[in-house]
Amino acid sequence: MTKYLLGAAALAAVAALAPAAPASAQSKTITLCWAAWDPANALVELSKDFTAKTNVAMKFEFVPWPNFADRMLNELNSKGKLCDLLIGDSQWIGGAAENGHYVKLNDFFAKEGIKMDDFMPATVLGYSEWPKGTPNYWALPAMGDALGWTYRKDWFARPDIQADFKKKHGRDLAAPKTLTELTEIAQFFQGREIDGKKVYGAAIFTERGSEGITMGVSNFLYPYGFKYQDPKKPYAMEGFVNSPDAVKGLEAYKALFKCCTPPGYTDAYMQEGLDAFKSGQVALQMNWFAFFPGLYKDEKVGGEHIGFFVNPPEKEHGSQLGGQGISVVSYSPNKAEALAYIKWFAQPEVQKKWWALGGYSAHKAVLNDPGFAKTAPFAADFLTAMGEVVDFWAEPSYAQLLLAEQKRVHDYVVADKGTAKEALDALIKDWQKVFKDDGKVN
Amino acid sequence: MTELTPVSSLADRVAAASPDWALRRAGGFSDRSIAWLFIAPTIVLLLAINIFPLIWTIRLSFTNYRGNRPNAPLKSVGLDHYQSILSDPDIWAAMQATAHFVLWTIALQTLLGFALAWLIDRKFRGHALWTTIILIPMMLSPAVVGNFWRFLYQPQIGLFNYLVSFISGVPPSSFEMIGSVKLAPWSIILVDTWMWTPYVALIILAGLRSIPDYIYEAAEVDRASSWRQFWSITLPMVLPFIMLAVLFRGIENFKMFDMVNLLTSGGPGSTTEVASITLKREAFEKWRTGYSSAFAIILFVTVFGLANIYVKALNRVRQR
Amino acid sequence: MSTGIVTAHSVVEPSPRAKAVAATLVAAYALISMIPLVWIFLTGFKSPPDSISYPPKAIFEPTLEGYCNLFTTRSRQSPEYMATLPPPASTCDEIARSRNMVIAGPSNYAPRFVNSLIIAFASTFCAVALGTFAAYGFSRFKVPLADDLLFFILSTRMMPPIAVAIPIYLMYRELGLSDTRLGMILLYTSVNVSLAVWLLKGFIDEIPREYEEAAMVDGYSRLHAFWKVVLPQATTGIAATAIFCLIFAWNEYAFAVLLTSGEAQTAPPFIPIIIGEGGQDWPAVAAGTTLFLLPILAFTVLLRRHLLRGITFGAVRK
Repeated sequence: MTKYLLGAAALAAVAALAPAAPASAQSKTITLCWAAWDPANALVELSKDFTAKTNVAMKFEFVPWPNFADRMLNELNSKGKLCDLLIGDSQWIGGAAENGHYVKLNDFFAKEGIKMDDFMPATVLGYSEWPKGTPNYWALPAMGDALGWTYRKDWFARPDIQADFKKKHGRDLAAPKTLTELTEIAQFFQGREIDGKKVYGAAIFTERGSEGITMGVSNFLYPYGFKYQDPKKPYAMEGFVNSPDAVKGLEAYKALFKCCTPPGYTDAYMQEGLDAFKSGQVALQMNWFAFFPGLYKDEKVGGEHIGFFVNPPEKEHGSQLGGQGISVVSYSPNKAEALAYIKWFAQPEVQKKWWALGGYSAHKAVLNDPGFAKTAPFAADFLTAMGEVVDFWAEPSYAQLLLAEQKRVHDYVVADKGTAKEALDALIKDWQKVFKDDGKVN
Repeated sequence: MTELTPVSSLADRVAAASPDWALRRAGGFSDRSIAWLFIAPTIVLLLAINIFPLIWTIRLSFTNYRGNRPNAPLKSVGLDHYQSILSDPDIWAAMQATAHFVLWTIALQTLLGFALAWLIDRKFRGHALWTTIILIPMMLSPAVVGNFWRFLYQPQIGLFNYLVSFISGVPPSSFEMIGSVKLAPWSIILVDTWMWTPYVALIILAGLRSIPDYIYEAAEVDRASSWRQFWSITLPMVLPFIMLAVLFRGIENFKMFDMVNLLTSGGPGSTTEVASITLKREAFEKWRTGYSSAFAIILFVTVFGLANIYVKALNRVRQR
Repeated sequence: MSTGIVTAHSVVEPSPRAKAVAATLVAAYALISMIPLVWIFLTGFKSPPDSISYPPKAIFEPTLEGYCNLFTTRSRQSPEYMATLPPPASTCDEIARSRNMVIAGPSNYAPRFVNSLIIAFASTFCAVALGTFAAYGFSRFKVPLADDLLFFILSTRMMPPIAVAIPIYLMYRELGLSDTRLGMILLYTSVNVSLAVWLLKGFIDEIPREYEEAAMVDGYSRLHAFWKVVLPQATTGIAATAIFCLIFAWNEYAFAVLLTSGEAQTAPPFIPIIIGEGGQDWPAVAAGTTLFLLPILAFTVLLRRHLLRGITFGAVRK
């Protein structure tokens, strides 16, 4: 036993020190890193054309969302060479630009004739620019996304349910036009028996570990009138983050969580939402547009069964921005091939195929096509949503700002700690501390 | 080593079996140099991968260094980090969560472990087999275990709630082990107890077995009751072993990260956010390297200090 | 007569009834504590819908889907496209097709498992080798400050791993050791060497000095005697130490999740993030968990006798 064990250990030691087998010499391989979700599979399909054309093989490293930011930012900060191309989240752009993790793409765009004007303005602002509002580009908009809703169209259409709803609320049961209506609908379905099964109102985001609950809460805060800062005085947050409207928005989110979510829904993000919706547990689901093509194709709840709507307004319109741009990692030894991939990806024909496969192109050649709204049942909603998106801070310290909100909001909504006002007041204090450390305020 | 081979014959055997090559003449090394030759590599490795980094951490703890901004100017901040950590209510909340976890796991595991050890010590047939089975949970990867218990704890689809409802009659989806503020701290204590009670039992069992039979026989002759024997013989003689188990579990659970991180990730809110999870968030998510270095030093000093005091107490008990 | 009863049924030898009660209680505890593990094992053979059914299913139709999903990545395709494909090449292919999916390629589980094997075995080898030398040094020679050095070696285990990881992360970044197997082997070796020194010192202390001294009187050099006399006597101790180091390196999570991302990532950070279409693919996670636990189960059985010494740093011996 001992001999074998030690022998195996010695072998392993040798194997570990031996250089990794060199990749086959004739064709290069580049690695693209992204989150593990439906659009990533579509990108694998799409990228086959790139390999066919350039003979550069593609490798993919997909990480599930709850670990994606942690792991990729860790990778960038440790100057890792794992990813040549990275489809990084929109909020990373500030840090990645300031710390030199991404290659600046201005010269490359100029040389190759890639114009940012060809892309939807919200995506250029959200995914490519740092500092925001200046023509300094660190990514090409790769995937537009916003936080929207799906609902069970088939349940909504049932005469008995229709009648019952009308009796209770005096209006027809349809996709909600305000967040208040949304909560009423969720309440209406909560605990109802449908086809002999108990169903629940809504699947919403409550995840603690990464960004889940912040994203979900934002979809309520924005329409209620929450602002990150005084538009006239950057980083002045008092009265904006904790305005009476913002407090109401946060309270409304908690009310929805308390009344109308499935049991055990205290740490749920997009995957849990998909599970709840696909297994027929909920009438409404909050989720990213990115999943809508897959949901529409779903055997059980897709097609006729599913409907989509943009995050409803309350006082004003607003949806949380999702989505990512594609960047070249500056520690990559294969920058030329990675840039070639971006050049290829930016072509209008490729962008059209990207949309057809289930990726949300941000290219105007796709979106401004007169027939676009008809290409999918959620296409028109997507355009509407992208017209009203708001993003979280994209500051280099975004992670600190995000973790603070995760804590304060989860403490209030899920763990029942304090009031909404106290949570937002504490959040301002946390954020002020971060900006002070960064020298942005005194 | 129970062989009683005569020493000379062993040496003869060894000599006969060894090839008579140059090693025989390699006596050029003095014992002193051999000692250093043997010990040095370990010391060098520990200096490089433990001590040097520790010193570095101490140094960083006085600066505003951030691991994600290596090019930013380095500024000395003196003791600011230490001061703000010790006055931060969130840090104290994390320390409290840690203390709650450590104290309860120790209490439960000691009680259950003692009971289990005492039962196993009844030396029934097949006790060796059952002991081996009981030991399995503690050999597993805590991360993998934490992840899987997250599944077992799901209120509807998970096995745990279902079994509880089967036994008690409460509907399974009426309580949430990792979702509710009241139960979440107990959910991590339960998993840790499941994993580590066997460990405590094993150490205490060794203690029980170390008590010589003649002491009990003498007590029997004196007609001491079983209770008396338990209080005046068993417990005092096993106490050092219990204390040792408590020491090891205490240190381990003070450092706890993997199982809790995967089971609750500190939630709901910050209910189960133990010190290591806070440290991870500060160091590797917020990237406040200087600040988290200071926190790391505070944690290290705490565990080191507590362990030292405890070991002194342990030695006093042992000498009695 | 009465004295006979006392010796036969003193506390030293419990009564048959006490034994029976104890046996029942211990067996009950063992069975209850096994439930989660049995459930993991069973879930590995469930289909994804069965794994999340409500109420939980104890009886189900076993399938290899979990194991297939563990080792492959799949992509959903349209029925029209599926119709053009040649007949399925394997069981896994067939299962995927029945869900309107095709196998797109291998998953990362196999490479992560291989990383676990390489890093765990190599670091164990290094830790035990270094530990044996150092333990012999501490056991046989008067080393200045020996007690302090030994305590220092032990105290390196008291740091929370996250705290250790902060400077290591920065150091590895400068040295280019991030996400390399070499870096992980070095780190695990240094963590394990403390355990190895303590355990092996205990084992070597038990080998009578007279053995080597006799050999040296016969003209053996110190090194030769160490090699020919001490090592063979210490084999059991070395084996036990090796297995404990191996178990640590095999199960370690905190360093792995912070210091590796792809090339050198081991299985523990990988298993929790296996997801399917929609949520976590529990059968695949269970399958990955089962495969990952099997070696440890084997070791537990092999190790029974040394378990106590290994997990208490040699502080308690049976």
